[in-house]
Amino acid sequence: MTEVISYAYAVARDAGGSLTEALAGLPGVADAPVHLVRAGERGDVVVAVSPVPEEDFHEAALRANLEDLEWLESVARAHHRVIEALASRTTVLPLRLATVYLDDERVRRMLEARQEAFAGRLAELAAHTEWGVKIYVEAPAPTDRPAPPPADADAGLSPGRAYLSHRKAQRHAREDAYRDAEEVARRVEAAARGHAVDRVQHRVQQGELARGPGENVVNDAYLVPLGQAERFRADVSRAAEGLSGVRVEVTGPWAPYSFATPPETEPVPGAAP
Amino acid sequence: MRPAGGPPATTDEPLPDRQIALIDLLDRLLSGGVVLTGDVVLSIADIDLVRISLRALIVSISEHNPSPWSALAPSVRDDHDG
Repeated sequence: MTEVISYAYAVARDAGGSLTEALAGLPGVADAPVHLVRAGERGDVVVAVSPVPEEDFHEAALRANLEDLEWLESVARAHHRVIEALASRTTVLPLRLATVYLDDERVRRMLEARQEAFAGRLAELAAHTEWGVKIYVEAPAPTDRPAPPPADADAGLSPGRAYLSHRKAQRHAREDAYRDAEEVARRVEAAARGHAVDRVQHRVQQGELARGPGENVVNDAYLVPLGQAERFRADVSRAAEGLSGVRVEVTGPWAPYSFATPPETEPVPGAAP
Repeated sequence: MRPAGGPPATTDEPLPDRQIALIDLLDRLLSGGVVLTGDVVLSIADIDLVRISLRALIVSISEHNPSPWSALAPSVRDDHDG
């Protein structure tokens, strides 16, 4: 017998009462159907919830599972699927991955306690979407195997000198590319000032999951009003024009994951500075 | 083995038509979103631990690649810390 507990995805406003329909047939985490928890009869702020096996989500299991990339990916994609389904109909406050309650009644009580704060943030985020902007430097990294230098250019140099000369040229190319990337970042920020209302800076993407080509040097999220989205996207996409070693990648629109908590609010009161 | 995030993203395709990169999703799901203390108490610190150990898998911070951005405009978000 498998005990189930309640996995909470997001808070949303179900003004038209259409969210249940949006979630119909949509598999959530662990392929379970997703439903809505309400605080009261007239409350239109709801939490999207689905049952998950307790054995996978109690503290020790969760700690281990979150280290398992395959498990993490399946939960992350299911979580995102639900967020997207909701976001296609309404404003959504995504919850942090793996927010779990013992049962729906506990979710309802949480919602009851925080309803006003949720409603306030939902109102602020209405008609805004999140856009990701990543800047990549595409010049060769210093550790990359240098291409064999053209024979004539290094004619007369000893192999050691030729190597150093090549490394120096490579380093200069890379420094130029970083300078260009800074220029692109300034252009992105200028474009964003005209269109975006908030920004969050994520850590640059590195390692196995990072997808190049190139080195990610900026990984920001911008909150953009719907009416400005196309111009934002167009202006930002143009930021690397004329600079060959730098690439800008725009992702979105996203539900406002990076902006779910307002900047001035501490999630944990009294947290150490 | 499957690729981490499907076909490479391009800036011109609309987002719904392609697989979202897992790393972009994890940036948002592990550091964004409303943080509530659910009944299974993975405290915020624990989530950070998860992130750190995951990063060991996902990230290889290299000494020769220090961020070139330290001189760049300060975070919009971090101004209040004064």
